[in-house]
Amino acid sequence: MMKSKISHWISFAFLLFLSLVFIFPIYLVVINSFKSKFNIIGEPFSFPDEDTFVGFENYIYGIESADIVGSFFRTLIITVGSVVAIVVLTSMTAWYITRVKSKFNKWIYYLFLFSMIVPFQMVMYTMTSISVKLGLNSVLGIIPVYLGFGSGLSVFMFSGFVKGLPSEIEEAAMIDGCGPIKTFFYVVFPMLKPTAITVAILNAMWIWNDFLLPYLLLGSNNKTLSVAIQLTMQGAYGAIDWGGFMAMLVLAVIPIIIFYLFCQKYIIKGVVDGAVKG
Amino acid sequence: MEKNMKKYFPVFVLPTFVAFTVVFLIPFVLGIYLSFTEFTTVESATWVGLENYIKAFTQDENFKNALWFTIKFTFVSVITINVISFFLALLLTKALKGTNFFRTVFFMPNLIGGIVLGYIWNLLINSILGVFGFDITYDADFGFWGLVFLLNWQLIGYMMVIYIAGLQNIPKELNEAAMIDGASPFSVLKNITVPMVMPAVTICLFLTLTNSFKLFDQNLALTGGAPARETSMLALDIYNTFYGRIGWQGVGQAKAVVFFLIVAIIAFVQLKITGRKEVEQ
Repeated sequence: MMKSKISHWISFAFLLFLSLVFIFPIYLVVINSFKSKFNIIGEPFSFPDEDTFVGFENYIYGIESADIVGSFFRTLIITVGSVVAIVVLTSMTAWYITRVKSKFNKWIYYLFLFSMIVPFQMVMYTMTSISVKLGLNSVLGIIPVYLGFGSGLSVFMFSGFVKGLPSEIEEAAMIDGCGPIKTFFYVVFPMLKPTAITVAILNAMWIWNDFLLPYLLLGSNNKTLSVAIQLTMQGAYGAIDWGGFMAMLVLAVIPIIIFYLFCQKYIIKGVVDGAVKG
Repeated sequence: MEKNMKKYFPVFVLPTFVAFTVVFLIPFVLGIYLSFTEFTTVESATWVGLENYIKAFTQDENFKNALWFTIKFTFVSVITINVISFFLALLLTKALKGTNFFRTVFFMPNLIGGIVLGYIWNLLINSILGVFGFDITYDADFGFWGLVFLLNWQLIGYMMVIYIAGLQNIPKELNEAAMIDGASPFSVLKNITVPMVMPAVTICLFLTLTNSFKLFDQNLALTGGAPARETSMLALDIYNTFYGRIGWQGVGQAKAVVFFLIVAIIAFVQLKITGRKEVEQ
């Protein structure tokens, strides 16, 4: 009995230590975001004191110099728009190709599956030139691009769920005079809700953080958060204002952490479900 | 019902399928074609046969170096991430105090984007190396281990929650019966726990393998390939060939096809091997 209590405490102490290790990189960025830019290189580990503390100066500089607020809202519009489009349209597609059994639909399903293992670099150049020609290189234009790239995993997950649903309820609704569109939105979609939440979370995490696709299509005219941070670093050629840069990193991380702390249950469940079914 | 639905194909399938075709299917097929041509724009392609593939393997030291670096990196990351996250999952399913807090902390890095993660670790590693007068671009080994630590930090929590879900699915009676029969904790782990979580192992190996192999954002932000392209992984090397070397777009596309084939083979082989070891439930 005594022995297991001791081993409990050792495990607890170990986990506590590891938590500190996990938090440390973020802690380091946060303390340095409050220090003058001259005091970051050379003494990065020291806590800000009266000589080095600059208040929110770095934050003001970061916001003004790199259009962080604009980037934030752009990223938000792109993420929300794409996630809504993906959840609504791919669930419709998945229901249709699962219920209407034809050779063609089966092929479509396998093509969606196949797309999941193809790395982005394979289509990077050709996709970019086609999208630019079609005028998809804008904040709203990138939404159908995300729909195309997100459809593989999303159709796969929705199809998996639809296969487990009995079709009698849908048939009853149609016999009662509901058309397929009404049947889908009033009968099927409510049942898909758990999967819809998972699909929404997985896609939101990917799109919010994505870098290369918005960098290639939107570039410096319509920066998203990841692009703004990368361009700040690239454009500085080594002569970076470290204080302002630290503040930008903190600003990019804070919304995600707040969102995470509020929706943690759904996020972890979504990730686990997504992995187990994916 | 199927008859009723048939004419609704344009409503239900077409929007998704058109987007999918335009940004994936056509670019994919066009990409394979372009890998056999020399081009500067999509319209200006001239057929050169296998020349791009030969060039990629014979005239491009960066590509071979990136391939080797990526394989080493993937090997080390997959092992460390899975061992550590499995061990943490075991600890966190033992009903200790503060389990929820620990899970929250360990999972958190997974939500931060690759570019931001890369720069957070850039600060941390350069701060530590700075004490000794180095920085991360001083030696390719620093970049290698920096990337390993970074990806561990990012993915351990993610894999941990999948292993926890797997561990929680094991019926308690199974462990108790083994204990009563006098099995040691190690033999319970080896003969019951590991075989029972094989589905989770399959998933976690697949996710860590593909994530490590395809790493781009973190690589770009942490080292950018420095020193002298020595820490470029495959994705970054392909990107640099496309956008950094005029006249080499065809070679870039050929490298991308090779990259795709390797990822497809890894995914296929790994799922076959670990899939076979799963216990029928």
